[in-house]
Amino acid sequence: MHGRCAPLVRVQAEDFDLAAEVRRLTEGRTDIGAVVTFSGICRDEDGRLAALMLEHYPGMAEAEIMRIAREAAGRWPLTGLSVIHRYGLIKPGENIVLVVAAAPHRQAAFDAASFLMDFLKSRAPFWKKEHALHGGEGQWVAAREADEDALARWAGEEPAKAR
Amino acid sequence: MKLVYFAWVRERIGRNEEEITLPGGVTTVADLLDWLKSRGEGYEAALARPEVIRVAIDHEHVMHSAPLAGASEVALFPPMTGG
Repeated sequence: MHGRCAPLVRVQAEDFDLAAEVRRLTEGRTDIGAVVTFSGICRDEDGRLAALMLEHYPGMAEAEIMRIAREAAGRWPLTGLSVIHRYGLIKPGENIVLVVAAAPHRQAAFDAASFLMDFLKSRAPFWKKEHALHGGEGQWVAAREADEDALARWAGEEPAKAR
Repeated sequence: MKLVYFAWVRERIGRNEEEITLPGGVTTVADLLDWLKSRGEGYEAALARPEVIRVAIDHEHVMHSAPLAGASEVALFPPMTGG
C-alpha cells in the first residue's frame, strides 16, 4: 500500500519548466504508470489583453495550496504531486500555474489534478487584473460562479473548510 | 490586530495593511466589516456589499460569523481568481 506522498508547492514570480517538473517526480522510479500535468496559460482574450497582473497573499497562498494538495494526496494513491503558481505580470502565452500528479494508474492522477485545480481556483488567494492592449490598466477579473459550482462534484471532500 | 487588504478591497481602501485596536462590541468578522465601513469613504466603497467580501484569519478562510478572539492577522479580499 502506498503512503501519502509529500506534495511540493511553490509560489513564485519566475517561470517554470514542465519537463523538469515531470522529471522531478519520475526520475529513477519504476512504479509510476501515469503522469498528468495541467498548465494554466494566460490567453489574450481575442487580442484585447496586453497582460495579467497576478496579485497574491504571501504566506496564505502557499498554505492554502498545501492544504488542498495534502487533501488530494490523502484521497488518491499518488506517488507525487507538485503545484507551482506564478504571480506578477504575465503576458499572453506565458505560464500561470502548473499541476503535476503522478500515480501507478491514470485515474488517480487525472482526478487529483482536476480536484487540485477546482479548489485552487476558488480557494487559493490570487487575484487577476487585466492590462488592456489599448487603455492601460483595466479591470479586476470577476470570479465565475461556474468555478464555485465545480466544487460540488467533490462534495463531502472539501479540504479547506471554513471554521 | 493587523488588517491586510488585497485586490480591489486594497485599492478602494487605499492601503495594503494597518494596525487597529478593536473597539468594544466588535467580536466577530461581521462586526469588524460593519465597523470598518464607518471609517471613511474608501472603506465604505470597499465594503458596500459585505456579503461578497472573503475573510481569512491567520492565513485560513473563515466565515463572517467567526470570532476575532486570538486573531493576529485578518485579511479582507474579493472572491479569488487564480489558476
